[in-house]
Amino acid sequence: MAQTMHEKDMRLETSRQKIVHIIVMILLYAFLITMAIIVLFPFYWMINSSLKTLDEYRANVPTFWPHDIQFGNYAEAFTAANLGRLFINTVIVGLVSTVLSLVITVLSAFAFARLEFKGKNVLFAALLATMMIPGELFTITNYITVMSLHWINTYRVLIIPFLVSVFYIYLLRQNFLQIPNELYLAAKVDGTSDIKYLWKIMIPLALPTLISITILKMMGAWNSYIWPRLVANDAAHRLITNGLRNAFTESTGDVNYPVQMAAVALVSAPLFLVFIFLRKYIMKGVSRSGIKG
Amino acid sequence: MVDSKQQWKAWLYLSPAIILLLVFTGWPIINTIRMAFLEGYRSLEAAGGATYQIGFGNFTKVISYGKFINCMKNTVLICILTVPISSMLALIIAVCLNSIKPLQKLLQTIFFLPYVTNSIAIGMVFAAMFNIVGNVVTGSIQSYGIKNDSNRFFGGHWIDWNNVSSTYSSNITVMVVYIVWNALPFKILILLGGLQSVNKQYYDAARVDGTSRVRTFTKITVPLLSPMIAYGVITGFIGGFKGYTSSGGIFGETMGPAQDAGRLNTMVGFIYDSLSNSYQGRASAAALILFVIILIVTLLNLYVSKKKVHY
Repeated sequence: MAQTMHEKDMRLETSRQKIVHIIVMILLYAFLITMAIIVLFPFYWMINSSLKTLDEYRANVPTFWPHDIQFGNYAEAFTAANLGRLFINTVIVGLVSTVLSLVITVLSAFAFARLEFKGKNVLFAALLATMMIPGELFTITNYITVMSLHWINTYRVLIIPFLVSVFYIYLLRQNFLQIPNELYLAAKVDGTSDIKYLWKIMIPLALPTLISITILKMMGAWNSYIWPRLVANDAAHRLITNGLRNAFTESTGDVNYPVQMAAVALVSAPLFLVFIFLRKYIMKGVSRSGIKG
Repeated sequence: MVDSKQQWKAWLYLSPAIILLLVFTGWPIINTIRMAFLEGYRSLEAAGGATYQIGFGNFTKVISYGKFINCMKNTVLICILTVPISSMLALIIAVCLNSIKPLQKLLQTIFFLPYVTNSIAIGMVFAAMFNIVGNVVTGSIQSYGIKNDSNRFFGGHWIDWNNVSSTYSSNITVMVVYIVWNALPFKILILLGGLQSVNKQYYDAARVDGTSRVRTFTKITVPLLSPMIAYGVITGFIGGFKGYTSSGGIFGETMGPAQDAGRLNTMVGFIYDSLSNSYQGRASAAALILFVIILIVTLLNLYVSKKKVHY
């Protein structure tokens, strides 16, 4: 008798636990989905606004889907903000700086990971120490340097000062160190040159890191704002972020918001495409770096 | 024995990086410190042969400068408000995400989306969401903006968030909302990564003991996650002190509402303004002050986390 009571209790207990579990799950999902909607809302509002007429945008009661879809806003945004030219400038700067930066990073990481030379550890520690210093401290002098080199309003000024990233060298060195040294010694015995060895063995093995660096570097060019505004703010070299901000200055408060939002959507779109296709590399790169762009 | 062929090869491979680092990283460190201690230094005058006294003049001038104090107040206030809010929210979201199965990957991707955005571009979206179209002063308002519409829908009153009649606190609110939105993805990413590497045995043991969910959270999850939380807080403070683009995205080049330009300028903004006006000495002093503040905050964080963080 006592035993059956106990079993009944147990069953009651487990079914109560089940109910509690279901309620907790419902609350969890409700919370997460609410937060997800809040996170997504600005994107939705950007697209929604970008497809409205100016009158509908200014309507007293907001509409959550445009009555009269205006794809023309995108064409207008493209010409109004001169996005074509800005895209080209940004892609040129992004591609050139990525390629050069990869070459420099691979060579340096290889030297630090595989070669023995005097002062290696001191040099490496000195490089790492510079990572603590905020970039603004460099910018002041770099601004003077590029002025005296007459680099203002060129592509050079947007590319060269940022070619070396100590962090990327560090990241790739760690990756290279995981590749067994025996492979390098064997290649040496076979008389393979360093460059060939790098190209055939090291680079394929470290490809995920290199892809992460490429994406972060390209995103950096796409999102850079302060330095380009300072040193290359002419129409021929202006980068996308800067151009976007300049095209719609809100001093009057009477901006054509639908067109502005269309321009914003056009600037954001490539980032989303890259993210959709290369999510894994971006999230891996970001979780190790903690820096934006 | 280090063979000499490897020696010169290593330096050859390192030479592009070293040359660039010497010019754009090494020299700036020396030169910026030099300029900071030359009173009233301006590089154009210096090129023309002007000489400067060595002293703390730039520092005392920067510190007594009203604009700088304002920038510092904005920066500190934004840090103090955004770092705790985004850390707490990220922790809650990460823990919730970790305890569900279906939709986990999808939600994780959604929560990461704000990271892959252009700060200026999305800042403009936030500005539009909070913006009022029409004349606020005369009351001939056409549209209140979606944020005010939802305020009014729930029976509240509309607020001028970022226009001509806006107050400082409503400006800061817009900034905080935007920065928290922007800061969440990175924090969720590292916290979720931490949670997924936590040994499941701790939770099994807690369940056997009949420990409540709240107790499991405070006594197991938070201590085990403390290294990631500390990391998120430190990078949050560093990023906050270096903040600039969020203000530029929402308020444009004026760094504040139209009637009060520079109201929401940040310390980095101050440095760039001094630089654009070619007061290099003042900019250098401000940059060094920023560096010292970041260093102190980081060390303070490390000190606190050494006491609290469970490894």
